[in-house]
Amino acid sequence: MAGQASKQIDTKTLWGGKVSPFSSSYGKLMMWFFLVSDALTFGGLLVSYGFTRFNVQDAWPIGEETFNSLPFLGHGYPLIYVALMTFILIVSSVTMVLAVEAGHRMDRKGVTKWMIATIIGGAFFVGSQAWEWSHFIHGSEFGKVELADGSQAIVKGHFGELESFTVTQAGNHHKVGDEITEDLMHQYQHAIEKGHIENNIIQLHDGSLAKINKAKDEHMELIVKKDGGEFKVGQKIEGKNAEEMYYEAVNSGEANRIVYGANLNQNEYGPQQYGQFFFFITGFHGFHVFSGVIFNFIILLGVLKGTYHKRGHYEMVEKTGLYWHFVDLVWVFVFTFFYLV
Amino acid sequence: MERDDIIEYSLDAHHSEEAGAQARKTIWKVTGLLTLITIIEVALGAIIKQGSPSWPIVKVSFILLTLVKAGYIVMSFMHLGQERKSLKYVLLVPYAIFILYLIFILLTEGSAVGAALESYGV
Repeated sequence: MAGQASKQIDTKTLWGGKVSPFSSSYGKLMMWFFLVSDALTFGGLLVSYGFTRFNVQDAWPIGEETFNSLPFLGHGYPLIYVALMTFILIVSSVTMVLAVEAGHRMDRKGVTKWMIATIIGGAFFVGSQAWEWSHFIHGSEFGKVELADGSQAIVKGHFGELESFTVTQAGNHHKVGDEITEDLMHQYQHAIEKGHIENNIIQLHDGSLAKINKAKDEHMELIVKKDGGEFKVGQKIEGKNAEEMYYEAVNSGEANRIVYGANLNQNEYGPQQYGQFFFFITGFHGFHVFSGVIFNFIILLGVLKGTYHKRGHYEMVEKTGLYWHFVDLVWVFVFTFFYLV
Repeated sequence: MERDDIIEYSLDAHHSEEAGAQARKTIWKVTGLLTLITIIEVALGAIIKQGSPSWPIVKVSFILLTLVKAGYIVMSFMHLGQERKSLKYVLLVPYAIFILYLIFILLTEGSAVGAALESYGV
């Protein structure tokens, strides 16, 4: 490989001035230095994630249980979407290397083609990450329930569909006897969060009261994730007991007995820190992917304009490629430590 | 001031068609390897669940496989393998020192705090 030739320069010439001792241009060297510092930042974040996980007493969520949905296809596909995202990002890294290789042959058309492929891969990744965030924030149908003894449990099973609400007491908007069939889940979850359901009667936004008509849940199972007075982490509650305890919380009239999805304070998947680290680490990484896509696009414009061809070399593409590979590299680690382990 | 990016330092800033074909072959080989490793990781994760007794082995193998992937990405895709030895060392040695220390301190302090929380409560 041509690169070997540069290793035969004797050290006196190399360090004697007027040439780069590393046989690398200033721009490339500085990009490497930046990548090392950014890698330390991400390293620090992942280490603090590990530290938190190590000393949190409650059960930590299991990756394949939390992330098991595909867009448009619902749940039951553990980690498939995130594996697809990883694959696409790695492929976009490959197209980037191919763009750099084409640049080494001054093949402008090749560079253009491969850079466009890289940008598309990166855009797909950012879009997918956005979908993952929105799905994480939205949460599941059951949510996480705080049982009567103070323990917290996640719920597995099939949520019986909400059929309608029948108004029993009029409010500002609804009259007695109205059958409400729209936007049921949204109102149901809101009411539970505020403690506005008692004895299967829901208080709606306009102040009216309505009876809830709901299909039966199936195969309900509570898995305790936080110790309480009676139940401890890891305990499973099934069948009639599970239903009774879950609906005791639903009908308690107390706010926040059930948590849905995630916000900056709490999440339905596990301890508070889980949601916070998820948003911070994947968000910080997603920001890097996004900025990488922007950089790639700007450099693509330069390639199309012919700037680098006139300059005589495509090193700018190589430098941008270094940044893009770094983004992929970080994702490989985030994927392992956050989703797999 | 002479513009630095017009001067060519790296003797592999350009290569011929045949060298290019060789380079592309290597790229596809490494891609195949990375894909294979990812498939193994996902399959392992899907088959052996967190509760089972072989989980610690799976966990360690995830981390090792990830390090292998990282090695290929840095050495092959980022071409660090083709750079001068001095540049490789300038980048990798400080990073390795920092990260190894961070991991050591994570495990030490993390288990110490964990033990303290167990004895004294949250």
